[in-house]
Amino acid sequence: MPITRDEVAHLATLSRLALTDEELDRFAGQLDVIIGAVARVQEVAAAGIPPMTHAADLSNVFREDVVTPCLSADVVLSQAPAAEAGQFKVPRILAED
Amino acid sequence: MATDSDLTTLTATEMAAAVAAGELSAVDLTKAHLDRIEQTDLQVRAFLYVASDGALAAARVVDERRAAGEPLGPLAGVPLALKDVFTTADMPTTCGSKILAGWRPPYDATITARLRAAGVVILGKTNMDEFAMGSSTENSAFGPSRNPWDLARVPGGSSGGSAAAVAAYQAPLGIGTDTGGSIRQPAAVCGLVGVKPTYGGSSRYGLVAFASSLDTPGPLTRTVLDAALLHETISGHDPCDSTSLDAPVPPVVAAAKNADVAGLRIGVVTELAGDGYAGGVLSCFNEAIELLESLGAKVIEVSCPHFRYALPAYYLIAPSECSSNLARFDGMRYGLRVGDDGTASAEEVMSLTRAAGFGAEVKRRIMLGTYALSSGYYDAYYGKAQQVRTLITRDFSAAFEQADVLVSPTTPTTAFPIGERVDDPMAMYLADLATIPGNLAGNAAMSVPCGLSPEDGLPVGLQIMAPVLADDRLYRVGAAVEGALDQRRGHRLLTQARGIERGAGATGEAGR
Repeated sequence: MPITRDEVAHLATLSRLALTDEELDRFAGQLDVIIGAVARVQEVAAAGIPPMTHAADLSNVFREDVVTPCLSADVVLSQAPAAEAGQFKVPRILAED
Repeated sequence: MATDSDLTTLTATEMAAAVAAGELSAVDLTKAHLDRIEQTDLQVRAFLYVASDGALAAARVVDERRAAGEPLGPLAGVPLALKDVFTTADMPTTCGSKILAGWRPPYDATITARLRAAGVVILGKTNMDEFAMGSSTENSAFGPSRNPWDLARVPGGSSGGSAAAVAAYQAPLGIGTDTGGSIRQPAAVCGLVGVKPTYGGSSRYGLVAFASSLDTPGPLTRTVLDAALLHETISGHDPCDSTSLDAPVPPVVAAAKNADVAGLRIGVVTELAGDGYAGGVLSCFNEAIELLESLGAKVIEVSCPHFRYALPAYYLIAPSECSSNLARFDGMRYGLRVGDDGTASAEEVMSLTRAAGFGAEVKRRIMLGTYALSSGYYDAYYGKAQQVRTLITRDFSAAFEQADVLVSPTTPTTAFPIGERVDDPMAMYLADLATIPGNLAGNAAMSVPCGLSPEDGLPVGLQIMAPVLADDRLYRVGAAVEGALDQRRGHRLLTQARGIERGAGATGEAGR
């Protein structure tokens, strides 16, 4: 099942990537080839095989709840694209429609 | 008095011994490497940032501590090239991406902090494929690094900047990260030693995440013993990383000094050879197998039938994790922000920022991961890939019942020309064909040089794989191969690299 340009445009929206028309054309062809190749995992008979999410077989790692120093607001905000009154300044969150 | 070029060609082990003995100051050693970078990096382009003042200050501290009679670690005063994916409080961290250009992280990664505490002198930050996605450094937003064997070819990737720096004698030690082969493949194509420790053996805290269940920091060096010393320096439990293993560091330095493979069972993986592997790579690999047999190892063939599905499983799992991890680059708290004109919404600014800040490969992988995780496709892609991961891990377990270590060529070809694969993502992905199974299972693996391909005269790597937390076996085998080949040849392989001059007074051909 080939990946269409419209599907790639939808993926770009979900991925928060404002792609150009030229990018959509190029990525559609490339993603189609890649998805065709990775779909080979479906050839494997894996009924009843548990999924592996992680290489390290660890669960419920506990530690003492100890207070440690953290970064100051000044230090954190020094790398922000915009800041005001000790806070991150961001574009409007709510749409008008 | 040793010249600068002599100093930079020493091993890290020799440098550390000379500093500890007071025969060489860490400051002079650091200056020699900074000079070497200045002389050669316009050609090699290994570094994105050189921290001359910080490096000299760190070296001065080592010299003062030595003068005061304080004990020094085994790599104190030795310079190092750090992949630009680790945070550094006193240097920018870009991950090879425009979206982080100029970002100054407010804290050190655990790897960075351990290097500093050991007195290792960090010279600067090295080039890489953007967010470690690639096998050539051509996906860096800041242009590719060059292979010191042939400047028209790639140094491998994604840790290609660290590999190029070490192969060009700009630093004896490099740190890379390996998610699908990003330490071992550059090591192979640059004629170096590269190690992916057991997953969880080296900390990911402060390592900017690509695929969290796979990312593993490790050493890139010119000798096996140097790699072992660096491995020991950076390893061990870190409470700041929830997947860090609380287990003793395997005795890698002792193993590198032991270098005895007599009686060791070595399994040649049937599925990691044949179609897709260059003839010159296979001939070097076969010679290495014969060599190991001559050193007393018992060589058998083992089959790992699911390894042929490792590449497709990896290109579902890694992009899926990447699509989640890279969601943090939203232009709100740090990094690039584009299109904030006072009317655009946060969501529009986010999409414009990510479109401007990410390169093509990162965009492809984010969309691929988004696809694989979408409802309706999840079971057929991501879910299936996770089951394949289990089957690959079971293949390893069965193979390690028959063999103490497994071997294969590290990567199917030698260094390819810059530009050859940039428009063909699948061709680029094949570079990791043999290294990916180790990442999926989380075990330990090394690439060690095993000769020059008779086809093109470029280096070939032997990959050695060991069970989880049996990293020491890599060093036994790697040191045995290195020692026997160096003795047979009469010199180290890297001295045959001719892409750049080795230094004033050395007899290398001029670079192109």
